[in-house]
Amino acid sequence: MGFDQYHEPPGELSGPTRTFARICASLTEEAEAIGWYEQRMAVETDPAALAIMHDAQGEEFKHFSMDLEFLLRRTPRWREIARGVLFQAGDIVEHGEAAEAASEDSEDSGSGSSAGGPDRAGSLGIGSLRGVGR
Amino acid sequence: MNHLLRGHAPISDGGWKLIDDEAAERLRPALAARRVVDFSGPHGWQHSATNLGRTTALAADLVDGVGGRQRRVLPLVELRADFTIALRELADHDRGALDPDLDDLDRAAYQIAMAENVAVAHGWREAAIRGIAEASPHKGPPLAATIDAYPRPVAAAVELLLAQGISGPYGLLLGREEYTRVIESAEHGGYPLLEHLGKILDGPIVWAPGVSGGLVLSLRGGDFLFESGQDFAVGYDHHDVDAVYLYLQESFSFVVATPEAAVALAAHGKPAPRPRRQTR
Repeated sequence: MGFDQYHEPPGELSGPTRTFARICASLTEEAEAIGWYEQRMAVETDPAALAIMHDAQGEEFKHFSMDLEFLLRRTPRWREIARGVLFQAGDIVEHGEAAEAASEDSEDSGSGSSAGGPDRAGSLGIGSLRGVGR
Repeated sequence: MNHLLRGHAPISDGGWKLIDDEAAERLRPALAARRVVDFSGPHGWQHSATNLGRTTALAADLVDGVGGRQRRVLPLVELRADFTIALRELADHDRGALDPDLDDLDRAAYQIAMAENVAVAHGWREAAIRGIAEASPHKGPPLAATIDAYPRPVAAAVELLLAQGISGPYGLLLGREEYTRVIESAEHGGYPLLEHLGKILDGPIVWAPGVSGGLVLSLRGGDFLFESGQDFAVGYDHHDVDAVYLYLQESFSFVVATPEAAVALAAHGKPAPRPRRQTR
């Protein structure tokens, strides 16, 4: 059995990084499912079948959103960029470029920490320790 | 630059990485409460209060016929533990020294982790935080003097929770003394006590510095909520020619939604855990 969500040897990855990778894989699967249901609904003519697909796609929306929120909570810089892009009116690309630049500026002038370390606010990124070994 | 003022510190990128890595490494093992309660956040430094969903009626109408109610919230508390690092040690680390002296950081990390454990387990009256042991209506049997008898109070606590309809799995927070007894001991027949307790609980047994005695609680979720404002971070206070003065800080609140979902087990020879004011 393969463990395709890992790009590096799992034994060399920390527990939180393995969890992060699993949720990233889950996020991808949910996005694929949303796309599949969109295509199925586009060609389906049976109203009952359409209703089921519509309901199922709603479940995938929920799963995708939960996965995304989990990842954003664990990744402060991602969260900061997402905050500048999501639910904003106007040009998406402009918002994205501005949010990315703002996150780089704050890293440069803030903690001085490198990527993969603490976020711009200096957080140590500890969070919940449920299920984490000692 | 944010409120931690890290950009003002005379510390290189490598120095900050050393400090942050060391702080996280020292905090994680000692943060017991986070291993058994629900965690929400971090919601940021500006997050100031937890919604309780409750209101207080305002006695007087502002205008005839228009009454009012005021929302009740639980303000977040800030924990801060100061520490000092010699600039010479940081300079040596930048040169490649492998053994910088970070003892004061280690001490601060342990102390602030212990403070969080105490607030969650036993409460913090000045901060209006009710601890799990304080809130629980169940006072289980005290932990026994002999190791062979240790499983009895734990099993009794689990049975008590089951009888209340509180499902598992269950976790067990143990103070330092009690935890040491458990991991160093085997019962008659050689069966490790740690494994026996694990089978009773179907959940983790957690080393919990600052906790008095033991605490059995359900891990089903929804019963105990830790709300993080700013999660642990290292900030800069000031420096002189010899040292840099830093601090570890977090903000949080804690709410017990289901007091009956935990059972406090007093340490042997001590009364049931009570709210504590001191963190040491």
